[in-house]
Amino acid sequence: MAQFLQTVVSGLALGSIYGSLALALVLIYKATEVINFAQGEMAMFTTYISWALITHHGMSYWPAFFVTLLIAFAGGIGLQTVVVRPLARASVLTVVMATIALLVILNGAAAWIWSPQLQFYPSPFPTSSWVIGGVHISKQDAGTFGVVAACVVVLALFFRFTKLGLAMRAGALNPAAARLMGVRTSLLLALGWGFAAVLGAVSGMMVAPTFFLTPNMMQAVLIYAFAAAVLGGLESPVGAVTGGVLLGVMLNLITQYVTFVTPDLQLPVALGILLVVLLIRPSGLLGRAVVRRV
Amino acid sequence: MRRVTALVSFGVLVTAVVLAPTFFTHYRLFQLALVAVYLVALLGLDILTGFTGQISLGHGAFMGVGAYTTTILVVDHGWNDLLTIPVAGVVAGLFGLAFGLPATRFAGPYLALATFAIPLSFIGLLKRFPHFTGGGIGKNLPQLHSELGLHMNPSVWFYAVCWMIALVMLPLAFGIVRGRFGRALRAVRDSEIASTANGVSTATIKSAAFGISAFYCGVAGGLYAIGITYVNPDTFPIDLSILLLTGIVLGGAGSLYGMVFGALFVEFIRISWGPTILNGISRVHHLDTHAPGSGLVVYGLILLVVLYLAPAGAAGVVRRLMTGRSTVAGWSKPRSTTPSDPATGVEAP
Repeated sequence: MAQFLQTVVSGLALGSIYGSLALALVLIYKATEVINFAQGEMAMFTTYISWALITHHGMSYWPAFFVTLLIAFAGGIGLQTVVVRPLARASVLTVVMATIALLVILNGAAAWIWSPQLQFYPSPFPTSSWVIGGVHISKQDAGTFGVVAACVVVLALFFRFTKLGLAMRAGALNPAAARLMGVRTSLLLALGWGFAAVLGAVSGMMVAPTFFLTPNMMQAVLIYAFAAAVLGGLESPVGAVTGGVLLGVMLNLITQYVTFVTPDLQLPVALGILLVVLLIRPSGLLGRAVVRRV
Repeated sequence: MRRVTALVSFGVLVTAVVLAPTFFTHYRLFQLALVAVYLVALLGLDILTGFTGQISLGHGAFMGVGAYTTTILVVDHGWNDLLTIPVAGVVAGLFGLAFGLPATRFAGPYLALATFAIPLSFIGLLKRFPHFTGGGIGKNLPQLHSELGLHMNPSVWFYAVCWMIALVMLPLAFGIVRGRFGRALRAVRDSEIASTANGVSTATIKSAAFGISAFYCGVAGGLYAIGITYVNPDTFPIDLSILLLTGIVLGGAGSLYGMVFGALFVEFIRISWGPTILNGISRVHHLDTHAPGSGLVVYGLILLVVLYLAPAGAAGVVRRLMTGRSTVAGWSKPRSTTPSDPATGVEAP
């Protein structure tokens, strides 16, 4: 039983990371119906920035953390303005390809600037753990979960209680009507990319102590985030976070208890879960059922 | 008229292929053979993406399935390598069909999402079953050598084999995208609602397109394995799938001849052109151009520039030069500004 709880707890921490990146995907998808394939690489790149701030510029962890969030926010807005906005009228394939081009550029740039070698990334949390009823809860896991949860709550409050948040929700729900009501939707799309970049940066900085820092570290995480977003319903922010946490726990349990599934098989299993969810409930667990005319 | 243009284009291509060995070194011929390999893969992916409108980020893995099929048959079962090529195509095609069947349940972004997971999952599966696949080390094929009693330079032999197969697969692709079936493919791309209303089963068409494209990639993968004489999980990274999709866009989605340009891009963009451009820049700015990742940056930037300036790819540019007007077909058509999505029929809330 203790083993079971242990597995669940460490799954929660990983799952919250998947959830935050999934939330970033959903933010952009809801506003523009475009899947941002560069989301993972944006997260990786900002994590490198925080690493450079800490190791090369002598900042301590938390100041570097918040400076990185600011940089990520500005970077997200910048990318949307420079790369995505000019393609507003282009075909879906063109926009998807543009985000893939971004993926390639950011991946190459990180290797170019910081070398593709694996780097150790410091963790702000102690390596010790609490023992509650025989269950070891590592402070690393608890801290990760706490940071991600805090970010999601802050974002939710922003969307729920500020005028800007309301405008962003309106813009995502019905761009044409929002524009007619005087909402500057193009500005809001840029803001959406900014927030998505911030969430990505958080997930990157939280995942780096466990996965180590390499230009490819977010590729697998991005797939898990996709699976999480689909699990929760691509339209639903709450669903994305829930889906992430569920997926993290599920994968941990499967790897722990099904001996056939080695860590190499984690991704295929995630793909399997994704396909099964799409077959049974294409709108995800919390998504609105999509009414199709055909 | 279109028929004449098509025949003339094919004739020009065949002539170029036949004459190339007299102009190029053996090393270049090997590279051009790989162009034929990529051409076959791109033709398949174009049938799926350009003609049926389904984006796939996973077709590098189907090439991998074909390559592993060829390798395992040759190394572990003593097959002749040429005979394995059709088998590689069929096995990959079956994998594609198996993935395509559930995948037809979802449209647009969902499919691209799911296919993005294929290459990474493929690598995981290869490592999980090392007895069958050789695990992380992979497997080695015999040295490239000419067969059928011919005593040719191996590169020339490989060039001849690859282009012969490519020049069969190209007219075959033309046959597939023409007629009733081809119209059904385009109907699904342009409007799922209208095609369903006209009695086209979108699920059947999509999974068939998935299977056909995977078959093409499997054939390409088998040839690729014979050419580079080894397979391991790193041979088919996610980058390969991205590169294939890039080839489609640069060549011009929805144009089969465009794929010849696309294949040239895929083979040469990273190894030759990227560094050349970088060297030009570095003379001005003193950049370290041999640094890892620099080639990727250039390749990504080229892709972005093409997306802005010529979203219909090389084929679109040629068409504009020949006809004097920019004909936009299929994928390169701008999105409608109405909130409801015509591809999925999802009504905006």
